[in-house]
Amino acid sequence: MSGGVEIGVRVVSIEQATPTVKRFSLAARDRSPLPVFSAGSHVVVAMDADDRRIKNPYSLIDRSADGSTYRIGVLRTPQSRGGSVFMHDRVEVGSELTITMPVNLFPLNRTGRKHLLIAGGIGVTPIYAMAEELARQSFAYEIHYAMRDAAHGAFADELVARHGDKVRLYRDDCQEVIAVDRILPHQPLGTHLYVCGPEGMIDAILKGGRAAGWPEENLHAERFLAPPGGSPFALTLAKAGITTEVRSDQSLLEAIEAAGVDAPFLCRGGACGQCETTVVSCDGELVHNDHFLSDEEKASGTKIMTCVSRLKGRELVLDL
Amino acid sequence: MLVSNIKSRPVYGGLKVDVAARRHLVAAEGEGALAVIDAFGAHPEALARTTLLYAAGGSAGEDHAARLAAFRPDDLFVMPSQPTLITRLNVILNTATMGTRLYAAGVEGFIGSVVAAGMAHGVDQASIRTEHRGSLARRVQCVHCKGMTENVTVSPVTCSHCGIPLLVRDHYSRRLGAFQGVSIDAETPGDVPPAEELYA
Repeated sequence: MSGGVEIGVRVVSIEQATPTVKRFSLAARDRSPLPVFSAGSHVVVAMDADDRRIKNPYSLIDRSADGSTYRIGVLRTPQSRGGSVFMHDRVEVGSELTITMPVNLFPLNRTGRKHLLIAGGIGVTPIYAMAEELARQSFAYEIHYAMRDAAHGAFADELVARHGDKVRLYRDDCQEVIAVDRILPHQPLGTHLYVCGPEGMIDAILKGGRAAGWPEENLHAERFLAPPGGSPFALTLAKAGITTEVRSDQSLLEAIEAAGVDAPFLCRGGACGQCETTVVSCDGELVHNDHFLSDEEKASGTKIMTCVSRLKGRELVLDL
Repeated sequence: MLVSNIKSRPVYGGLKVDVAARRHLVAAEGEGALAVIDAFGAHPEALARTTLLYAAGGSAGEDHAARLAAFRPDDLFVMPSQPTLITRLNVILNTATMGTRLYAAGVEGFIGSVVAAGMAHGVDQASIRTEHRGSLARRVQCVHCKGMTENVTVSPVTCSHCGIPLLVRDHYSRRLGAFQGVSIDAETPGDVPPAEELYA
């Protein structure tokens, strides 16, 4: 089973939140209520482009009170493989998309006594949902939100309106940075930290957490990777007996799906481990881009995460 | 009589000093002091940031308080009993900050109490470092009357509250820090096998 049950949705409204971020409200095409989700969940949105089907994971911002709509926030990233550009340029009110059931790889730890939410840029989308849930349940929390400048703070006004002085904003253009070495050392025992944002920011925050003596159990991050492109290569699916090509703008998983094989996946961002596939043989070098396999597993050359990783070489044979 | 392969049976990973921690909060009981001496003896630089709580009771053996005092930790509390130690531990946990690592060494019932105190303060059980020293005696909860029986070394054991003969299982409650005891003669009342010394 790959990706689970799908829900047909229609775009009911679009809001240009910042010059580069749009927020989309999605309602089920059959008008039934959308499933309740836990804060930190994402859905995989399938978009039918002219030549291919693009699937990208997006964190859920919220679900309307009557359950009829979800909101997602999409940053336009022109250098990626086209999903966010498609959402920005081709999707209009009334457009039909397909989403998976919500999956949570970034849940709140409810045994914690306090929660520190740290967001950078578009990484604010799961953080927004988590803050709502913490406020609703009267947990102790703080929000630290870094943005390029005031115009790029897609959720700054809403967060401040809802959470008041629990929110601290940081603007890159004012040289304001999240001072982890000042925030982390004095938090009460039992505090959990959640960070979502650009790769470099996540690494810096987690490094600061470890330096402050925080155990790994209390440090949580979500990083969805856009699968990077690369050189094309030949792909053989041993069980299915199919040979095809992975184009330079295609991920391995997308090529497998285009060949008509129902391969396992869940997050499509290198985080969850669902798409782990056995490598039968490869003529070339495996390029591992995921955060799931251990360094030893990557070095062994026997496993690959098809959603974000690929081959630099001539041919890859998978046990599919 | 031992019912094994039960996942909840705690595994104690050993008292390894986490050099990344800013503060070490160490609770030891009886022979657990020796685990503290072994672990922190290898990291004397950590002692200046260590709060040590010790109770001699519980497992049989000598009082190691003098040896721990000679270690000169930043703070040393020698407590008269396990319950008073846990009370003091809770006071410290209440105002502790992140970067504090919790350690427990001694008999299983004591480790269970320390882990439960940590969890009640939001500490993830996986980040508490534990080492079992001394007697294998268990704290057993009678699943029928819910009464606790301390220092159980045999199975079956008679519940000290309701008198039912109990099979001591490996089934463990982290919340209670206790193993579960279930009636051994429920189907044939009076058919109780002789007690075996399993947890001396």
